[in-house]
Order: sequence, then structure tokens, then C-alpha cells
Amino acid sequence: MASLSIEFLKGLWKENPIFRMVLGMCPTLAVTTAAVNGLAMGLATTFVLIASGIIISSIKSFIPKKVRIPLYVIIISTFVTIADQVLAAYFPEIHKVLGLYIPLIVVNCLILARIEAFASKNPIKESLVDAMGMGLGFTWTLIVLASFRELLGAGKIFGFTILPASIYNPMLIFQSPGGAFIALGLLIVITNKISGKTFVSCHAGGGK
Amino acid sequence: MHDLLSIFFAAGIVNNFVLTKFLGICPFLGVSTKTKSAFSMGLAVTFVMFFSAFFTYIINTYVLEVFNIQFLTYATFILVIASFVQLVEMFMKKYLPALYESFGIYLPLITTNCAILGLVLLNRINGFNMVEGLVYALGGGFGFTLAIVLMSGIRERLDLADIPEAFKGVPIALITAGILAIAFMGFTGMMG
Repeated sequence: MASLSIEFLKGLWKENPIFRMVLGMCPTLAVTTAAVNGLAMGLATTFVLIASGIIISSIKSFIPKKVRIPLYVIIISTFVTIADQVLAAYFPEIHKVLGLYIPLIVVNCLILARIEAFASKNPIKESLVDAMGMGLGFTWTLIVLASFRELLGAGKIFGFTILPASIYNPMLIFQSPGGAFIALGLLIVITNKISGKTFVSCHAGGGK
Repeated sequence: MHDLLSIFFAAGIVNNFVLTKFLGICPFLGVSTKTKSAFSMGLAVTFVMFFSAFFTYIINTYVLEVFNIQFLTYATFILVIASFVQLVEMFMKKYLPALYESFGIYLPLITTNCAILGLVLLNRINGFNMVEGLVYALGGGFGFTLAIVLMSGIRERLDLADIPEAFKGVPIALITAGILAIAFMGFTGMMG
């Protein structure tokens, strides 16, 4: 039991996908103009992470080593297609805003990294817990980054006005691509200050 | 002709794939520490983009649309990219060992580069025909190469700079990329 909670908690901070491992940068930077987009992207990614983690963990002994990456990618893209269709049917506005970045969950290196490093080597229960922890870690980080950008760029969080225009002149740059890079850079500086520097580059974790 | 030129420059400069569309951030941060390897990575990406655009266009038009199975788009496109990359890798290893040495190690990484999948999906979303799609691929590849080479030039200088401890590594790279992206915003509105 203790080991399960460790697997779950590591994704939230110690091995946080964005702040500590720098995985899945494309959606992180692209969709975080408003907190609600960050939440939606985080949940969609978590769904794909959990579903493909469970499937791959349960069939891992049947997968030939040489063709494992194409197989993983097909399983992942199946769940991305499901997430895409569900979002398009029930949340058309969010689907429109996230747009191209939903199909790009297929190539989010966070998912492939967790499958290669964890789900393909561990039993189903552990893989499920690992995927949930990593997915939640990804989601809360996206919400923090998106809130930071929304607050500085528009004076709002989740659409609620926090800093009214009368006292705060929004820094529009934080809604633009340049601001995305800078905001994430500054947040990583803060996490570095708190718990020292341990960076794993995207491709070292990508496992290919 | 004019239209094709504007597609090329729109993909390469005005809406730069890396700095305004956030496609291919992983290699952009991971392989931009040396100019030489950054340039090889850029060439490899452009090459794969061009041929992926070609194959996915054929498959999309003559298979997916004919049988009305567009919901399989993501799975098919990523498979096409993955198998093409694998094929090129095996071919180069056997027949072009020198070239394989120079950008072979970057090839496997390209499968999971979202710039490639992003490009072929954008081709479909924009409804480009074959020629437009190929030009868009070249423009996107040019934009990627430009961004990663510019970035590597700056990072080679940053190695010598005195940076606060907490900023070293990824944070300073992200902030540099942010300033580059702001510079590219200057092109917004051109060739609208």
C-alpha cells in the first residue's frame, strides 16, 4: 500500500512531468492562455494516459520488443480519437479552442515516456496509479501555468475577474506565444529554487 | 506561383512552426545546444516532413475519403510517419553510411516530433492540394530549421554567460525562446 501511494505522489511533485521532467511541452505552451483550457487539456491527456497505460500493462507480455513503439502509438491514437470525438460531441467550444492540439496528444512524449518507462514493465494496478499520478501532476501544472498567464494577461482566472481593468493594465504579452515561453521559464525557476535542479530531457525520457 | 510563395513564407516565418505554433518544442529544446547538430536535425525534420506530406496526402485522398473512414486519420497518419522514419533509417544505414552518421541519431526522435504530425494534420485542415501541401511542408521545415539554428547560436554564447543557478538549463532556454518568439511577432500581419 505504501508503495502505491509513493507511485501516485511522485507525479505530483518529485517527478512532475512539466516542472521536473520537461515532458509534453507542445500542448503545455500552446493551450495555456486560459485556465479552463489548461484543465481540459490536462484531463484529456490524463484519460489517454490511464487508458493506454492499463491496456499496455495488461498485454505487455504479448508485445514483441522490435515493434513495440508502433504498437504503443496505435493504442495511444485509438484513445486520442475517442477523446477527440467525445470533446467534439459534448464540449464543442473547448474542442474548437484546443483544435490541433488534441490529435497531437498522440505524440505527447509524456505518454510514450510513461508507457516505455513504467506501464510496459509493471503490473496493471501500479500502472494505473502511476498514470493517475502523472496525469494529475500534468493537469495541476497546466492549470497553474494557465492561471498565471490568464491573470497577468487578462486579469482573470477561470474567466472570473480578479484584477479589474481600473486598477490593473493587463500585460497582453502573456497571452502571446512569447509570453508562454517566458511564463513557463519563470515557473521552472521557482520550482528549481524550491527543490534543487534535476532535469531529465524530453528525449532521455522519451525512451526511443 | 504567388500563392505558393505566400504559403511557404507563412509557414516558415510569419506563423513559424516552433515559435508561434509550438510544434516541435522537444527537439527545439533538446538538440539546440550545438549549431551543427541543430542544423542536421532541421534537415532531417524537413526531409521527413516533405515525404510524410506526400504519403499522407495520397492515403487521405484515395483511401480515407473514398471509404469515408476519416475517424482513423490519427492512427493512419502516425503509422505512416513511424514507418517512413523506420524505412529511411534502414535505407541510410545500408546505403548512405556517411549521411546516416551525420543525422542518423536524430531520425528515430522524429517520429514523436509533433511538428510532423502537426504539419500533415494542418495540410488536411487547410484543405491543401498536393503541391500546396508539399510547399507548406518545405516552409514548415525551413521555419523549424531557422528557429533551431538561431536558438543554438544563442545557446552557444549562453554557455559562456554568468547565469544565476536556478535559471541554468531549461529555464534560460525557455526565456530565450520567449524573446525570439516576441521578435517573430514582428512579422504578424505580413502576407495576411
